[in-house]
Amino acid sequence: MKPAEYYQRDRRIHPPALTPDYKTSVARSPRYSLISLQGSVSETTGPVFGHNDISPIDNDLIKNYAKTGDPVGERIIVHGRVLDENARPVPNTLVEVWQANAGGRYRHKKDSYLAPIDPNFGGCGRTLTDDNGYYFFRTIKPGAYPWRNWVNNWRPAHIHVSVFGHAFCQRLITQLYFEGDPLIPICPIVHTIPDADAIDRLTAKLDMNAGVPLDSIAYRFDIVLRGRRSTMFENRLEGN
Amino acid sequence: MKIVDARNNAPQYLKESSSQTAGPYVHIGLAPGAAGFQIFDKELGWDIAGPNAKGERIRVEGVVIDGMGSPVKDVLIEVWQANAEGIYAHSEVPGEVEEGFRGWGRVITDFETGEWGFDTVKPGPVNARRKMQSGVHQRVRETHPDWLGREDETHAPMAPHLNLWIVARGINIGLNTRMYFEDEPEANAADPVLNLIEWENRRATLIAKRSERDGKTVYRFDIRLQGEGETVFFDI
Repeated sequence: MKPAEYYQRDRRIHPPALTPDYKTSVARSPRYSLISLQGSVSETTGPVFGHNDISPIDNDLIKNYAKTGDPVGERIIVHGRVLDENARPVPNTLVEVWQANAGGRYRHKKDSYLAPIDPNFGGCGRTLTDDNGYYFFRTIKPGAYPWRNWVNNWRPAHIHVSVFGHAFCQRLITQLYFEGDPLIPICPIVHTIPDADAIDRLTAKLDMNAGVPLDSIAYRFDIVLRGRRSTMFENRLEGN
Repeated sequence: MKIVDARNNAPQYLKESSSQTAGPYVHIGLAPGAAGFQIFDKELGWDIAGPNAKGERIRVEGVVIDGMGSPVKDVLIEVWQANAEGIYAHSEVPGEVEEGFRGWGRVITDFETGEWGFDTVKPGPVNARRKMQSGVHQRVRETHPDWLGREDETHAPMAPHLNLWIVARGINIGLNTRMYFEDEPEANAADPVLNLIEWENRRATLIAKRSERDGKTVYRFDIRLQGEGETVFFDI
């Protein structure tokens, strides 16, 4: 298949670099404009991962760090599809997640929050989407946690999500929030995103049908990566 | 008069998921060893070129500096590069790379100093944008050079470079940049991407300095997020 361009990133639905309410962005945001680059092979290609790179248990955060038993907290399944802007599935792509435990504490030597570490919870996982772009994780619903921004800021419960797609220009890190969380509307990081609909798309929806009765509740979270142009001016229609 | 809405026939597009910062604990997910625990059998991104890659073995290192002039100590950088022959490890690229050459890696900074570094091979030049095979663009370009008198620069090879992607707390959407090599002055001078940067003095922010240390080639590439000497970042 011939390399074809990706649609330009719609920067209006992404956070700008400088968002002063999120204080750390002030000193870490470029002041000059980005230089726009039409995609070359350097941007329209990207790393390829396979099942040899990961273990089957890597997507089960309830079991992948269990030492003496299961972790404490609300057992959930997070599932969805990775699609592109043309609504086509993105198969065999690496999805990585990381999160705090049920009390909002990260297993990270830099996290000093007083909520305790869970000895049976690592807080990270990864998986490859299947041929239909489908993925799922099992985990513990993370807790909210405080952070030093304003005097009394608390992050909503969230799971960090990293996705590769098919090309380096599709590379994306985002955060998954949970439907109905009252901290979402007051979080300065959430509101770096200037578009309410875009925030809603980062909010996983309760999905009772996908849960396991008497075991786990489920949330649905679809991820959309940049789409790709048809190559109709290159003598062949590869179709959207 | 009936108004026909042509959009009814248009494909229904989805919107890209919006970016969010990787936050302070990005290492948990993408480099848990650095966060202080072992969980995965294999952490990804530590070996970029593999043992069989041809070409010059190099080390690349640097520090990311914020607008206050301080090192950023919680950054994660991913690199994407071609092999020494200018071939990417990707199915859409003609040619093959060496067994074990992935061309992709990720590194994190030292929590105390902010220094990062990785070992790889120096990439070869890769082709720039393909010339259009047919259609309006091609005909226009053939007969009408652009306003600077350039014909069709899309055939020009790109100088050897590494593609870098930088995420961290305080960075709301990953920053794309490129690292070029100081010892490729002619290729750099002709590089179509460097030449897109209107301010010639800013091009230098993308060029790594070469030195030798213990018989090994080291390229130094400091990235300045903001302010004096601010690194050029791209919307790719």
